[in-house]
Amino acid sequence: MDLSRRDLFKIGGKLLVLASAGATLEQIVGAEPAPDAYKMADHWWGMIIDIEECIGCGNCVRACSKENQVADGYFRTWVERYVIEEEGKQPQVESPKGAIEGFPPLLREDVKSFFVPKLCNHCADSPCVQVCPVGATFRSPDGVVLVDKTYCLGCRYCVQACPYGCRFLDPRTDTVDKCTLCYHRITQGLTTACCENCPTGARQLVDFKNPKDPVHEFLRKNKVQVLKPYMATEAKVFYKNLDGAVR
Amino acid sequence: MRRLLRDSGHLIRPAAVLLAGLVLFLIVRTALVPKAFGQYGHYRPGALQLIRQHPVAYAGHDQCAMCHDDEAKLKATGKHAGVNCEACHGPLAQHASDPMANVPKLPEVANLCRRCHEKDAAKPKSFPQVVTAEHSGGMLCTECHKPHNPHL
Amino acid sequence: MIPGVDGFMYPNETELQWSLLIVLYPYITGLVAGAFILASLERVFKVEAVRPTYRLALLTALAFLLVAPLPLQLHLGHPERSFEMYLTPHASSAMAMFGFVYLWYLTVVLLLEVWLEFRADIVYMAQTTTGFTRLIYRALTLGSQNVSPEARRIDEKVGYVITVIGIPSAFLLHSYVGFIFGSIKANPWWSTPLMPIVFLFSAMVSGIAAVLLLYVGSMKAKKLRIDMRCLDTIAKYLFYVFLVDFSLEMLDLIHRTYEADESFRSLDFMVHTRLWGSHVLLQICAGTLGPLAILASTQLWKFSEARRRVLYVTACCLTEVGIFAMRWNVVIGGQLFSKSFLGYTTYKVAFAAREGLLPAIGLMILPFVIFVVLIKLLPPWTAHESA
Repeated sequence: MDLSRRDLFKIGGKLLVLASAGATLEQIVGAEPAPDAYKMADHWWGMIIDIEECIGCGNCVRACSKENQVADGYFRTWVERYVIEEEGKQPQVESPKGAIEGFPPLLREDVKSFFVPKLCNHCADSPCVQVCPVGATFRSPDGVVLVDKTYCLGCRYCVQACPYGCRFLDPRTDTVDKCTLCYHRITQGLTTACCENCPTGARQLVDFKNPKDPVHEFLRKNKVQVLKPYMATEAKVFYKNLDGAVR
Repeated sequence: MRRLLRDSGHLIRPAAVLLAGLVLFLIVRTALVPKAFGQYGHYRPGALQLIRQHPVAYAGHDQCAMCHDDEAKLKATGKHAGVNCEACHGPLAQHASDPMANVPKLPEVANLCRRCHEKDAAKPKSFPQVVTAEHSGGMLCTECHKPHNPHL
Repeated sequence: MIPGVDGFMYPNETELQWSLLIVLYPYITGLVAGAFILASLERVFKVEAVRPTYRLALLTALAFLLVAPLPLQLHLGHPERSFEMYLTPHASSAMAMFGFVYLWYLTVVLLLEVWLEFRADIVYMAQTTTGFTRLIYRALTLGSQNVSPEARRIDEKVGYVITVIGIPSAFLLHSYVGFIFGSIKANPWWSTPLMPIVFLFSAMVSGIAAVLLLYVGSMKAKKLRIDMRCLDTIAKYLFYVFLVDFSLEMLDLIHRTYEADESFRSLDFMVHTRLWGSHVLLQICAGTLGPLAILASTQLWKFSEARRRVLYVTACCLTEVGIFAMRWNVVIGGQLFSKSFLGYTTYKVAFAAREGLLPAIGLMILPFVIFVVLIKLLPPWTAHESA
């Protein structure tokens, strides 16, 4: 058909109006949120720790503290040093300020000694989640035990129920705080702050649902333990070369 | 029957009070329970979003290597290859997002090297460690060892 | 070195989480359960002798039950969120379920029973008083002024049923608190199936002793005669329940010592050092053996009325101290040792802090204040109390 310049202007104008109306509408109603690249169902998080590699430098403790702004004097992760003098005697254990500045050197060579990094074990059958009266602490679908700080009452029942001593009351918010396995990092493809900064690779984040993850070989090839297995919490932090004396 | 009703009629009242209380509670509950509570389990699913929004403080090795290519290459050939840059330089995600605005301070050498390399019987025997007081005679570690490739 | 810490504790364990206020809470709910069970002795088990204390026991239970949630509120990091326990209670949490047990007990058992028992007096007061007092009583009648003999008979029957339901409810109320501790597998000082039973019997002991003390106190205050038959009967029941309570606690102790599991050495050391005063001296010697000896002596030998009164009051005061010490030893004791069994911490009670001694004292005085208000509003002594 014969389009005059006038017709073109008319059609163009209408199209423009339509387009801007659509754009405005989209602004008001909100564009479709970008689909979340991270699918919780595809992950099941844990950690593996090799006691023979830990040098007790405390990098993990410092990194965690800085990454998560952990309250002063409280620890989401910490390192213990065990000194076992004689068989059958109680081990001597210390963790000066959670090892945030490392340890004063131990020079005695005649004893068995080693470092044990500890953190929340993100138990699959967690006693802390079981006792929370309101559902403020929970296990996410991808296996991380977390605390909802806007919902927590601060009753501290979960702190009592945790066999590993990894929970505490954050005095700044009067809610319970603990290791989140750097959830804000691992859901973006990063590793946890502690694992990132461990100089020897003693600590490694693992994803059990990832078939290529080193955890499968690790569990198959090594003698591994969890802390306090008799508590039957289905802890997901596995230790290699963990001595029986470790509490 | 009618007499029974008359004599027990007063019992309706506490029952009514209890019932009214229950109804009020149910109404309040409907209004106050957080939305979508229970979607994934007995918790507020919004908590997952809240936790994920926490800002990242450590950028990670690859981020540093994007600009500091030379140091990264040097480090990759040496004994400190597996050590994250920020393990010594501190959290640098802010620096990575705006390098000019957040210039990091260089780390203090004296304590830094000692934390890993001071001799300690609990450290694995194969790990390089010295009694620093005897080893360097008071000199700073960096006088001889280059931190990015420390082996002499 | 952290002051007050001996040996090794996990870094987050050195500070106690549950304070004096959490000691107070089971103590108060224990008094409630115990007082109610004494009241039920008369109502359900037809122990006529304790009738003079029936109404008193009900009001005691109510006064303490109203105060019971307060130490918890003061303890919470966010008391304004405590209602969440009713909005989204976590079914696997004993603490959450307890909120409903408490509510059930307060409304359906205690308030209803008090209302039914005092209804005739309330209606009478509503008809004879004036002004603001009259308004209060009229409100309390809930609009019904039917106190005909037939209606009162129905009240009797319903009251009986409620008491029958109330006994297991009272058992549940306090055993649940025991379960809150006893179900924590992480803490070997707490984790035992005996915990709910021990809590229940010690609650009964403290409740019965409390009613006896309040009865003697109220009668003396009003210059009325004390019914000695009533007092003797209460003391007898107290003695028997105390024997059961003592046996249960000894059973726990003997069992632990015999089995000597991983935790034993650490716990034993703790009892011998940090808990020596509160556990051995206060709870066992002064708080259990003392009253048991006194009560046994009154069962074995005849004493004059006046002397018996003194003995009973002494025994009951010591009992209250002992049961409070028991709560202290459970709650505080359970947090003084490390879960690594390698160390201990200390608990310093603050004074004027939110969870300190001052609020605790206030919270212990408050039930008595409420009690005085209640007995003014609903006098427990009726015409049959002769001067």
